[in-house]
Amino acid sequence: MAVLTAAGRRTSRGGRKRATRVPPVVLAFVLVPLLAEGFWVFWPALQGFYLSLTKWDGISPPQFIGLGNYREMIHDTVFHTAILDTVLWLALFGGLSAVLGLGAALLLQQERRGVGFYRAALFLPVVFSLTATALVWQAMYQPDGLINKTLSGVGLGSLTHPWLADQDTALYAVIVPALWRQIGYVMVLYLAGLKGIDPALYEAAKVDGASKWQQLRHITLPQLRSVNAVVLSVIIIDSLRSFDVVWALTRGGPYHSSELLSTYMYSTAFQSLRLGYGSALAVVIFVLAFGVIASYLVRAFKEAD
Amino acid sequence: MSVTHAAAPAAEQGADTRPAPPRTTRGRRRVWGTVAFHTSAGLISALWLVPIAVVLITATRSFDDIAGHGLGSAPHSFTLGGFRQAWVDGGQQQALINSLLVSVPTVLVSLLLASMAAFALSRYDVPLRRVLLLLMLSGNLLPPQILLIPVSKLSEHLGIYDSLYALIGVQVGFGVGFYVFVLHGFMRAIPPEIQQAAVIDGAGPWQIYTRIILPLARPALAALTALAFTWIFNDLLWAITVLRSDTKMPITASLLGLQGQYVSQWNVIAAGSVIAAAPTVLVFLRFQRHFVAGLNLGAVK
Repeated sequence: MAVLTAAGRRTSRGGRKRATRVPPVVLAFVLVPLLAEGFWVFWPALQGFYLSLTKWDGISPPQFIGLGNYREMIHDTVFHTAILDTVLWLALFGGLSAVLGLGAALLLQQERRGVGFYRAALFLPVVFSLTATALVWQAMYQPDGLINKTLSGVGLGSLTHPWLADQDTALYAVIVPALWRQIGYVMVLYLAGLKGIDPALYEAAKVDGASKWQQLRHITLPQLRSVNAVVLSVIIIDSLRSFDVVWALTRGGPYHSSELLSTYMYSTAFQSLRLGYGSALAVVIFVLAFGVIASYLVRAFKEAD
Repeated sequence: MSVTHAAAPAAEQGADTRPAPPRTTRGRRRVWGTVAFHTSAGLISALWLVPIAVVLITATRSFDDIAGHGLGSAPHSFTLGGFRQAWVDGGQQQALINSLLVSVPTVLVSLLLASMAAFALSRYDVPLRRVLLLLMLSGNLLPPQILLIPVSKLSEHLGIYDSLYALIGVQVGFGVGFYVFVLHGFMRAIPPEIQQAAVIDGAGPWQIYTRIILPLARPALAALTALAFTWIFNDLLWAITVLRSDTKMPITASLLGLQGQYVSQWNVIAAGSVIAAAPTVLVFLRFQRHFVAGLNLGAVK
């Protein structure tokens, strides 16, 4: 609230009066982008909620059926699989990318010879599209691909596998490329966080005779708390949005074994043309994401002031 | 193990490069630390680079080589035929042009709009400015799935379904909130005195925006440009939602088409992946510093 306005009005005018003196062009600066976002995001989002209460094939007018779509979900076994897979995805993809990203950042935080190369190697996949990432890994997973070849080569031929075609392994096989791409991103966030820690804290700890492990536990981790919050939000939002890599690798198959809520929503809406039910699935994704969005916004709210 | 070594403060690290062989136990431990560091970091990097190397090699093999020796074998041939097939027959050339036709205007328009809003919200007492800021950010945090069906219907109503304009529109609307949030944080840190001096000289808001704030916000704009370009270029979901014709698809969607069209012709699919990844890799290599800064802008303060 202490922001000085352009006109430099520091006289004791009332807050209301000051607010009315914002030049019209400045108001337009806010309104035009807001309208663009309102048109393409907020208005469609409201429609999305309404459509979730309808039965709609996309051609004839939507038919209002109240909570019918949600009632159907209760008995929809594919939906159950998709929910379970999404939770599994959150736990595995989210958990591992946070832990491994932090590990990579701790390993590579110090400026020493060669560290730039290692960082770049881990970071490079971040710039690939998930579609390209998926195809790269599809080649690795082929029956005669490098993974099976390596397994046979080291005498573990019994483990070779049609990784993406097997219901038991498809989901995990899809998580690996997603992780391969995400870990470098999380590492960058943690590297910046680590750089922000005051070195004097470590000096003091060393004087007190703290071991490396104690320093990690009592200085590094607590100091990273704000980064943790961001990483967690990013990961949860990313997990619920995850679509490209699954769609490119398995399209949710075989037999829905790698189906996430997002892929199920897409195929229901745009392939089965059940737009009402698809909207209801999207609302479920929204509700799951909402808690994260809300806590992220609360944090942003504090910072914005 | 190596984690603890890496955490050692910078003061000790100079010893690693000193020519004299360390004799003390501390010195020896330092050598072991260096060896452990390079071994673990090297192994991890290799793990990360192997898939990239495999794709590059596969892309330059001939189809007969792959069919005869297997996808996972060492290469017995070298040809750029896969690239030509993906580029010409697979339609990747058109797809790359489409991607650029979407990404470049989207980045320019959304950063222009976002910088205007961020300028107004950070430098003036716009009523409800905090609420507006967070409203805009919340739009970007929404899961896109809730928007897919209404947006595809909206673009049908506007008569721009299956056109790149629809894709540009939705990408601008969806991205702008995040850019406003980041730029707002950056512009707020610019001292008010600079602006007051301009006001005394008779500058209006438009002049302050174009002559003072925009130039000062250049680092943040550069970082967001690099970041936004990769996001929009790499997008798949919006593209396959508002586009239908193969000739209009951007490169990500075209890559999926390639996968269906050239089943098991791995040299073509791999070449396609290389083509699709090349522009963002180039942007990354050229703007590495900005790019990494961009990732941190919204997240770490």
